Amino acid sequence: MEALKFIQINPDLNTSLVNIVWILIGLITIYAGIKNLRDEENPSRVGTAMFWCTFGVVCAFGTWLPAKVTGALVLLMCLPPIMKKVKVGKSEAPTKEYTAKQYEKVGMKIFIPAFTVAVFSLAFALFTNISSMLAITGGVFVAVIILMAYNPKENKAPVFLKESERFLSLMGPLCMLPQLLGCLGGVFTAAGVGDVLAGIVGKIVPEGNIYIGILVYAIGMVVFTMIMGNAFAAITVMTVGIGGPFVLALGGDPVTIGMLALTVGYCGTLLTPMAANFNIVPVAILDMKNRFSVIKNQVVVALIMFTIQVIMMMLSVR
Amino acid sequence: MELIKLVGVLIVIVGFALKLDSILIIFLALIATGLAGGLGIEGLLEAIGTNFVANRSMAIFIMILLVTGVLEKNGLREAAANLIRKVKGATAGKVIAAFGVMRAAFAAFNVGFGGVAGFVRPVLLPMAEAAVTNQGYEMDENHLEDIKGMSSAMENFMWFFFQVLFVGGSGGILVQTTLASLGYEVDLLSLAAAEIPVAIAALVVSCVVTVMKDKKLSKKYYDKKK
Repeated sequence: MEALKFIQINPDLNTSLVNIVWILIGLITIYAGIKNLRDEENPSRVGTAMFWCTFGVVCAFGTWLPAKVTGALVLLMCLPPIMKKVKVGKSEAPTKEYTAKQYEKVGMKIFIPAFTVAVFSLAFALFTNISSMLAITGGVFVAVIILMAYNPKENKAPVFLKESERFLSLMGPLCMLPQLLGCLGGVFTAAGVGDVLAGIVGKIVPEGNIYIGILVYAIGMVVFTMIMGNAFAAITVMTVGIGGPFVLALGGDPVTIGMLALTVGYCGTLLTPMAANFNIVPVAILDMKNRFSVIKNQVVVALIMFTIQVIMMMLSVR
Repeated sequence: MELIKLVGVLIVIVGFALKLDSILIIFLALIATGLAGGLGIEGLLEAIGTNFVANRSMAIFIMILLVTGVLEKNGLREAAANLIRKVKGATAGKVIAAFGVMRAAFAAFNVGFGGVAGFVRPVLLPMAEAAVTNQGYEMDENHLEDIKGMSSAMENFMWFFFQVLFVGGSGGILVQTTLASLGYEVDLLSLAAAEIPVAIAALVVSCVVTVMKDKKLSKKYYDKKK
């Protein structure tokens, strides 16, 4: 795989360019804040602007701000949404008649800019060592250029900003929930929550039976992942606390047991609102009525995959 | 009293059970855990700042939003719908399952497919909706809600279970270093190989469950109206 990557850039350059991506994303959200501050139709101009601008500042300049300052800004950013002061202002969603007319003009070639992000992601991952964040950004830029070329009169630069503001406002403060949950995971780890939980589980596992050990390890991964919102946070703690002493020490195959434990944890990711980027943000983007609609549709598959993997782990015992 | 450190976990569970605002729950859990865990105010702020910045890659969808709206404005939804009308026998479930196969192929290379903002909303949903209306039904609101849920779910299933096939992906590396800390040396290639049967099972299970569920929903919502 590595041999294919004939385009190699300096890792430092990768980091600097990714910082530009964060600045661009920050500017998009700051734009959303300023637009709403000046928008007389927004019932809560200050709160809305405070939220989006703070989010933008943290995204854009987080690399250089002292961590304590960023942390304080993040807590400040939480206040407007908690007080329900982040609102939607004036927005002009295109009418069905308008988009139907555009479709007649542009036709099926609208699919080309729709696929540039995916194509760029794949090409960059296969042939270069360039960060996926840059691949996505590159794909977006090319899509913007193609869209401008299709309809230079209507697809002007400010239209792209306005449309992204419309979507950000539609999604609201949920946009930053994934990152906030990342913070909670980090604070849980720093406070040693994982070790306490693993200690409790460790006390109730009967020693000496590898099959019970596997089952407890697997259930532990699911429950732990659901609490932390992230299987990565769970795998280290659970493997050191449970998987090692109760399964691997009894002769379990480290490759199958260790690796499948991670994807067993993913079954937990499918079941928890704490994994907001996978389970809650789509609710906002797709405008669903129930915030558990994604999770509801994942329960059956998660349970089946859990069972299959536990059986595979047990079969790997020699 | 080690158990006091779990106060944040308790807040999260109770908070979601009481259907409180998500941000409020996390906010309270953050502060409670920071104080109970002995981080102090400075330590807490530092942990929040560091982790928020470290997780910025989750905000990359904002970059994609730059084009999502303009794509829709220029008729992408109409184009997607018209394309699927040419496919005979298409149902919402089958469309989502077909997406799953493609999504899986991309995930095995550790890349996304535009995600919910870039693909599911502007392309997949209009296709699934067109597949329903094309059969002569008027889209039922509750069916649409489940179609949205199933589409996002398919995106997640394939991403989770196929991304681990990518040798050198972050999941495999984390398992490798964790096992190494316990004294077990494993290589990344065999870790990825161990996931092959899991990924295939995930693809089959996800597609079958989705197609069957959609079939059941179609019967429920449209049969009596025929």
